[in-house]
Amino acid sequence: MFKLERRPNPSKAMVIMTPILAVVLTMIAGGILFAILGKNPFEAIRIIFWDPLFNDTVASYTRPQLLIKASPLIMIALGLSFGYRANIWNIGAEGQFIMGAVAGGAVGLAFYPTESVLIFPLMVLAGAVGGFLWAMIPAFLKIKFNANEILVSLMLVYVAINFLGAMVTGPLRSPVGMNFPVSRNFNEYPSAYNGEMIANTGLHMGVLVTLAAVIVAYILLKHHIFGFQVRTAGQSPRAAKFSGVNPNITIAICLGISGGLAGMAGLFEVTGPAGKLSTNFPLGYGFTAIIVAFLGRLNPIGILFAGLLMALTYIGGELAQFQLSVPAASIQVFQGMLLFFMLAVDILVSFRIRLASREVA
Amino acid sequence: MTALLSLSGLTKAYPGVIANDHVSFDIGPGEIHALLGENGAGKSTLVKMIYGLVRPDSGTMKLHGKAYAPAEPRAARASGVAMVFQHFSLFDALTVAENIALGMENAPDTADLTQRIIEVSGKYGLTIDPHRMVGDLSAGERQRVEIVRCLLQNPKMLIMDEPTSVLTPQEVEVLFHTLRQLSEEGTSILYISHKLDEIKALCEHATILRRGKVVGTCIPRDETAKSMAEMMVGETLRTPKKHYTRHGAALLELHNLWLQSSDPFGTSLKEITFNLHEGEVMGVGGVAGNGQDELMLALSGEELTPAHAIQLKGEDIGNLGPNARRMRGLLTAPEERLGHAAAPDMTLTENAFLTGAMRQNLTKNGMIKTAATRKFARAIIEQFDVRTPGTENTAHSLSGGNLQKFVIGREILQKPEVFVVNQPTWGVDAAAAADIRSAILKLAENGAAVLVISQDLDELMEISDNIAILSEGTLSAPRPAKGITIEQIGLMMGGTEVEYV
Repeated sequence: MFKLERRPNPSKAMVIMTPILAVVLTMIAGGILFAILGKNPFEAIRIIFWDPLFNDTVASYTRPQLLIKASPLIMIALGLSFGYRANIWNIGAEGQFIMGAVAGGAVGLAFYPTESVLIFPLMVLAGAVGGFLWAMIPAFLKIKFNANEILVSLMLVYVAINFLGAMVTGPLRSPVGMNFPVSRNFNEYPSAYNGEMIANTGLHMGVLVTLAAVIVAYILLKHHIFGFQVRTAGQSPRAAKFSGVNPNITIAICLGISGGLAGMAGLFEVTGPAGKLSTNFPLGYGFTAIIVAFLGRLNPIGILFAGLLMALTYIGGELAQFQLSVPAASIQVFQGMLLFFMLAVDILVSFRIRLASREVA
Repeated sequence: MTALLSLSGLTKAYPGVIANDHVSFDIGPGEIHALLGENGAGKSTLVKMIYGLVRPDSGTMKLHGKAYAPAEPRAARASGVAMVFQHFSLFDALTVAENIALGMENAPDTADLTQRIIEVSGKYGLTIDPHRMVGDLSAGERQRVEIVRCLLQNPKMLIMDEPTSVLTPQEVEVLFHTLRQLSEEGTSILYISHKLDEIKALCEHATILRRGKVVGTCIPRDETAKSMAEMMVGETLRTPKKHYTRHGAALLELHNLWLQSSDPFGTSLKEITFNLHEGEVMGVGGVAGNGQDELMLALSGEELTPAHAIQLKGEDIGNLGPNARRMRGLLTAPEERLGHAAAPDMTLTENAFLTGAMRQNLTKNGMIKTAATRKFARAIIEQFDVRTPGTENTAHSLSGGNLQKFVIGREILQKPEVFVVNQPTWGVDAAAAADIRSAILKLAENGAAVLVISQDLDELMEISDNIAILSEGTLSAPRPAKGITIEQIGLMMGGTEVEYV
């Protein structure tokens, strides 16, 4: 029989090993899934994990996509990780992402066609504020009425999706869009366009901001008293209160940070890769970022790698869709399995498996 | 005399520790046998084996000369072995009779059972009304329910785990009377406690465990509490010496403090008023659950009160949070070590930072000064003899006593002007308890005012200048500890009725 036994101290090796183990298990289980679908599992795994980076015929398109897809995932996941460490479960980053895009996009479009270098920074700020305010709704309701932030933030995603729909069919509808529910194209408005900084690399302004956010988040978490308070609040709420951490302020700050970053990610996305506000804009980054946050062990550096990996499954998944014609849902299942295995093997950090010696009767 | 229960060579190993190592001893019929040992000495494991909760790795037990190996508590009860646990397993919303019926193998109908409860409780002086709701009973009365439940099964052997920790001194007397009566009727009792004076008064024989091994036996009547404690610890103990000093100005003043408990099962504080002076150690006694936790939270700043209700050196601080109070010199150490005083999964360095951040100046522009924090943690470990491999170990890897030394040391090293501590030596071994008490006394000698909340009356009498009793959220007027008797304190506790049979 196997027995779980608590380790005296959490294993440092397992902190690094468990995400790798989760990826391996996902490949195995995913392979089985593809085999059941009648596809060659080895080919499918190769297409998802290998081809986007190293297959010469597709890499010129897929490599830049890596940064474009990873950047919002990482930025959102960084924000979420603070809340998750403090046991504040913001599930609604998708809504904050959308509201950031709408708010920032609206500010930009309001200036059209004025050209100024100040417009884009102002849009980024508006995007962050949009996401921040959207996240303040669950924060306020939780502090004031102890409403569950999981439910409130999640429901607000659907409100945001409908709000976006109302905007692109109403005030923000492009006058030159032939009545389609889309906004003006940002790539036709240079002051508001978040284009590639170096051609064919996928590198845009948001990628740089994401990298900066990784560094700032790392310092905050490891070396700043705020990170310490967040970690304490999550691990041991009563000890945190004893040490002087105000739980309500922690709730507001954690939701605020995740909302602000998600909103900013939304703005960079809508003004660059997406190009315009439309009802097709919500891509699920806000939900996938939850997986990224956990896969990265709520650690900023880990999230950086997890975001790149998750971007790879997006891109590889698309390749597999049209090369092997697997259903789109199978890729979502694949990503879900990654989170599932991650959470399952996570127990090895604090526990070890032992072969229980047979008891003497 | 043949033994009722005979243990030979009982061994039980858990990963990394041998809880019981070839434990052997006999208990005669009608004998009250004490099992002594510090925390972690293996007492619980041993009684769990006797009660069928844990199976021994090796070794045998005999009951009435026949092999006895209970696979589960039910088998143990069928053989006539009953146990009263330290923590009660009763349902608040059911009556006494319903609770007792739930614990029986084949309960008779209610009228019958009620009759038998009245008979048994009358016979042993355990006054209890079978129709009362358990939620309305005091801790002492709940214990009676547990004992009556055991007695209804006519046990040959009764195991009692720390039965007096929740009782007032008068309730203890009643309990001892019952136990002696049972013993005269031939029921053996295995009595676990670390209150050595009680063991002297009650038990005929004692077996002493240390690190899982039997290290000695003794006749408690022929020993002193100190000599038994030394056998438990395996070294000579020094009792901290209390120097009565003159007290200076009032440092901490509570004026008519009312606090509604935020815990629905808590006790609200009612008009608490006292002054605590420079150099004074004031003891707050009383049975747990009478407002101790609430008083602690009100003083630490985790619960806020009107500003004027709490004054530190003349300044109103009732509305200030924990860190503002720390900066002004009021430091606290709560009862619960893991999860309140310390974060279990954080390292000792991080736990040193937990309360030391502000007063020890461990941050710069919000950044944690890692080296300085580690140095502070190391200073605590060295000066308070915390046994741990290093500062980067987690709090929960430490034993209870070592973590308590760390938690108390962390506050004392920050040079408090007023220090409030709840249950400073709860679950701590005798040597560590003596160290903690001397540290508290030394702090007061150097001019700090200290408030010690404790349920251990001996401890309060040993270190306090004045003693007050917290009962149902009300604090009695403090009385000088010199010359006060346990009986007087018991009467101050009041609350539950006292009966001698």
